[in-house]
Amino acid sequence: MRILVTVKFVPDLQSQRSFTEGAVTRTGDDGTMNELDENAVEAALQLKEAAGEGEVYALTVGGDDAVAAVRKALQLGVDHAVHVSDAAVAGSDVFGTAKVIAAAVEKINDEAPLDLVITGMAALDGLTSMLPTALAAELDWAQLTLASGLTVDGSTATIVRHLPDAHETVSASLPAVVSVTDEANKPRYPNFKLIMAARSKPVTTWTLADLGIAPESVGAGAARTVVVDASPRPPKEDRTVVTDTGEGGVALADFLIERGLA
Amino acid sequence: MSTVAVLVEAREGVVTQPTFEALTLARTLGTPVAVWIGEEPAAAEAASLGVYGAEEVRVVAVGDEARLPAKAAAALADATGDAAVVLMISNFVNKEVATRLALATGAGVVVDAAGAELVDGHVETMQTVFAATWNVRTRIATDKAIVGIRPNTTQAVPAETPGAAIVVGVAENLPEARETVVALEPVPAPEGVPLAEAPVVVSGGRGTNGDYTLVRELAELLGGAVGASRDATDEGWISHEHMVGQTGTTVTPALYVACGISGAVHHRGGMQASGTIVAVNIDPDAPIFEIADFGVVGDLGDVIPQAIARIKEVRGA
Repeated sequence: MRILVTVKFVPDLQSQRSFTEGAVTRTGDDGTMNELDENAVEAALQLKEAAGEGEVYALTVGGDDAVAAVRKALQLGVDHAVHVSDAAVAGSDVFGTAKVIAAAVEKINDEAPLDLVITGMAALDGLTSMLPTALAAELDWAQLTLASGLTVDGSTATIVRHLPDAHETVSASLPAVVSVTDEANKPRYPNFKLIMAARSKPVTTWTLADLGIAPESVGAGAARTVVVDASPRPPKEDRTVVTDTGEGGVALADFLIERGLA
Repeated sequence: MSTVAVLVEAREGVVTQPTFEALTLARTLGTPVAVWIGEEPAAAEAASLGVYGAEEVRVVAVGDEARLPAKAAAALADATGDAAVVLMISNFVNKEVATRLALATGAGVVVDAAGAELVDGHVETMQTVFAATWNVRTRIATDKAIVGIRPNTTQAVPAETPGAAIVVGVAENLPEARETVVALEPVPAPEGVPLAEAPVVVSGGRGTNGDYTLVRELAELLGGAVGASRDATDEGWISHEHMVGQTGTTVTPALYVACGISGAVHHRGGMQASGTIVAVNIDPDAPIFEIADFGVVGDLGDVIPQAIARIKEVRGA
């Protein structure tokens, strides 16, 4: 079983952050691997362990600080880490990012075929959830997204997908792109031994040239959408917090009535 | 005026409120046409789309196979070749459909939009990011635009002059998909208004200790839907469909009442863009109070019944 997991470096949502010229300004000390990618790493490790053989790759795309995301994956127990880093990638939209990841997947696939690409269901910074679909389309692999359960039987992968109107069971032949939800599993914690081992594991770094991608076909120039303005939501004014000393419920009700909400 | 296509969402054959919201928004961007993927709509449903301005109702008559995003996107592409803008309701499935449609047509796409307008001939959208702490405006640079719009962000208003709502069949020509739906287990429709569309949401978290009686009672009184935090769904106190948060349902109601919810970032990201936020929590340091318009530090068991009684009393007066 050969599996690649995509991981994303995201800013710590509890910390301050900013936009500069339409892009997120991130610093290495306030970011980490996207929390939902831990479920993707866990799913890959569990499949490898169940198969008794195989290799798991973690791949990230981004600037220098993004390497923190694959380092975290190494600590969790993946075998190989790949960091695609190229200034020309900056400002890519989801389609540019998918093109870059697809090229890296194909490069690894050429060495020995991959069975699965597993991703988290969303990145908690933007939450668009579009990448898994875009990547499956770019690779022309099957798309098994929003899996709250995943099984692989021979050359077929099957997922359970909880949608508001129905629970679907969807199957496809490998290779496939799978995105997993936070219902899929409970991610493990890195243990001391793995943290120490991760320090000595190499991270392969590729540029767009290594992947055969023309710089102008990705990045801000090729993006179909442009952020034209970004600003922090103003803090709410007129906030009131009262401590209940016997009349808290009445105060709450009166607030709702006054605002025409009850 | 260019054509603006709206992908209709129907539940058991009945058009949903967010579809009317999307048609209302579509009228500000061009000439609305509705796209109906599924069995042919009842006459009254097609007519309801006209009330909100749809000049045509384009029907792609396909069955359950359109549950696969690749097939739904192909059906939508067939029906929207002339459209400058394709609007759909932003949800997990439509995000996948939008992505496929964008790849098939070269369109730019924004999902989770809270609004859209035409600026110098381009569609610009408004949305929030980073757990709803930032506002972002995005320009779609391509000639064709796809926008996923969040429920409750546009008020549905009937058109001054109704659209003709002429039903037009679109030949289905769906490609083979790599995926197969091998089993389908329908989820019973929730009682009352669905969480994502509800004008009022009353949510319970750890502070309920698993007892949703008061939360449900307040929700019913306010005409709202019942939500929950991830803590509560993880505990199995209430089903996952009720979870408000970044991996559950994102809601933007006029009123959000958080009962016994601390307000972890995961939860806030799914509700912070709500109109008015009210919180009741025993812990004065709960982060939910930082974003609440009105907060009560106190016991749910005291505060909520008193609030319910007070609202009933005032209404009865």
